[in-house]
Amino acid sequence: MIFLRALLTRLLTMAITLFGVAVVVFFLIRVVPGNPIAMMLPPGATEEDIARLQALYGFDKSLLQQFLIWSGDVLRGDFGTSISLRQPVSELVLGRLPATLELSLFALLIAIALGGLMAFLGTLYRHSAAEAAVDVTTGTALSVPDFLWALVLILLFGVLWPVFSISGRVSPSQAFEFTTDFYIIEAFLRLRFDVVAHLLSRSFMPALALAIPLAAIIAQLLKQSLKETMHLDYVTLARTKGYSETWVILREALPNAVLPTLTLIGVQFTFLIGGTVIIERLFSYEGLGNMAIDAVINRDLPLIQGIVILFAALFTVINLVVDMLYVVLNPKLRHA
Amino acid sequence: MMYEIRDLRLSFPDMAHKPFLGAPPQIEILKGLSFDIPKGEVLGIVGGSGSGKSTLGRAMLRLLEPSSGTIRFDGIDITHRSEQQLRPLRKRFQMIFQDPMSSLNPRRQVRGLIAGPLRLHGMDNVTERVASALDRVGLPQHFATRYPHELSGGQRQRVGIARALALEPDFILADEIVSGLDVSSQAQVLNLLGQLVNDLGMTLAFISHDLSVVRRLCTQVLVLHHGEIVEHAETDALFNTPRAAYTQELLASIPLPDPYQEWA
Repeated sequence: MIFLRALLTRLLTMAITLFGVAVVVFFLIRVVPGNPIAMMLPPGATEEDIARLQALYGFDKSLLQQFLIWSGDVLRGDFGTSISLRQPVSELVLGRLPATLELSLFALLIAIALGGLMAFLGTLYRHSAAEAAVDVTTGTALSVPDFLWALVLILLFGVLWPVFSISGRVSPSQAFEFTTDFYIIEAFLRLRFDVVAHLLSRSFMPALALAIPLAAIIAQLLKQSLKETMHLDYVTLARTKGYSETWVILREALPNAVLPTLTLIGVQFTFLIGGTVIIERLFSYEGLGNMAIDAVINRDLPLIQGIVILFAALFTVINLVVDMLYVVLNPKLRHA
Repeated sequence: MMYEIRDLRLSFPDMAHKPFLGAPPQIEILKGLSFDIPKGEVLGIVGGSGSGKSTLGRAMLRLLEPSSGTIRFDGIDITHRSEQQLRPLRKRFQMIFQDPMSSLNPRRQVRGLIAGPLRLHGMDNVTERVASALDRVGLPQHFATRYPHELSGGQRQRVGIARALALEPDFILADEIVSGLDVSSQAQVLNLLGQLVNDLGMTLAFISHDLSVVRRLCTQVLVLHHGEIVEHAETDALFNTPRAAYTQELLASIPLPDPYQEWA
């Protein structure tokens, strides 16, 4: 009952947040310089042509009127029509969302695996040169932003030693017919592991670029929490019972040390998704972020609004999921 | 002999006075201790804070490696054994800690806390052993599915004792195990421990700063001061005719129920 009420409160807050985002993005992109109509017409178009197109897209009305019309449509599920692509925004955006989700989740998994491994090694070999090496590595990984890592990876594994694809989500020669936009998940469910491997190898570079800074943060925080937990009596006691150091770290210390890291991952994952905008561009990956940049360049106002609202919805849902995971993972909260 | 300890020395690096380059100076915590614990004995290890009593306990269980000297457990030299080589022996010496809350993993139920080490050492009839361990420490069977935060301090300490007992060790080291409990729980836990040692014929070392507790439970007492043994005697002898000045000081500091009465 308490859980249900908490959930309802959270859903209401989410709705208010999304409304706020909608207001900000709607007015912001209309006051910055740049005119979508000017981008559509060839040079030398007459005043009449401009006026006619403006009326067609509703840009002749006042800002407030435009906002009311648009939000009314959105509540009915209609996000308008893209000016540059001339297709419904909801269709375009939902068509690209799976690509970005798959990339982000893949990056998240890499970050957790890499960061977790570093934290584990740093704890196992604490107070030695190996721990110092872990610290230096994570410090370096953290102080370089993801788009620079992307350039480094492109140079190293795309140009100097071309082992990974650095362009696009699917190879043009790939003959597999997808029925959904979740390519990796679909290939996995249809048990075509060769296709899964192909898709993973193509998105490995952009995912790694996104993952490196997050892996570093995970490694630093988790190692810190693990080392603190390793001082606790029940960990020492587990050692006196004869458990191996690996078991002690993974089974005794980790479950009690992981909560701060989990919260951090929740927060940082939204930043990671924000990072896809530039990373997808660098790797010509056909996701939301790439579409967002095109939309901005073309001053495609309805499309920008749709993408931003979708990102905002994604972030609030992630925060909700993290909060609920917290309750599930902490027995003290469950019994309280 | 359960333990034979000869000229045991242990030093820690002093990081507070570490030069910028080069090795930190060493602080000697244990300064050449020699004593025996015969089988079946209950040895009290007393001393003020900083006397090295907990360090001694940790060295005896080889949570710390001595700098020099030897520790023999039941005739086996364990002074410099690796963790790998110690593992089969670990079942035979157990430890109980001061703070019963922090010494139980908050994510495991009582059942798992007791059963885990049994499975690790490949013992059979784990379920029955868990039940009988709970029985021995006087906890009802339905406590098996409780988490540590659902227990009182005294109950947690009983779980700690049950965990140690279930492994059927030869030796138990109890480090200040009652100092975190209120007086009535202290009495219950002490009675329980004394009874169990008698029934099971185990050897026990009992680290404490509280001499009245030691007097009640132990057959021998070892007094530590600044990492050295100042006195090692039978309990009655120590309390009746303390020889070292430090022991006399410790005895004088015990609050008595009747302020005009002396230890006699």
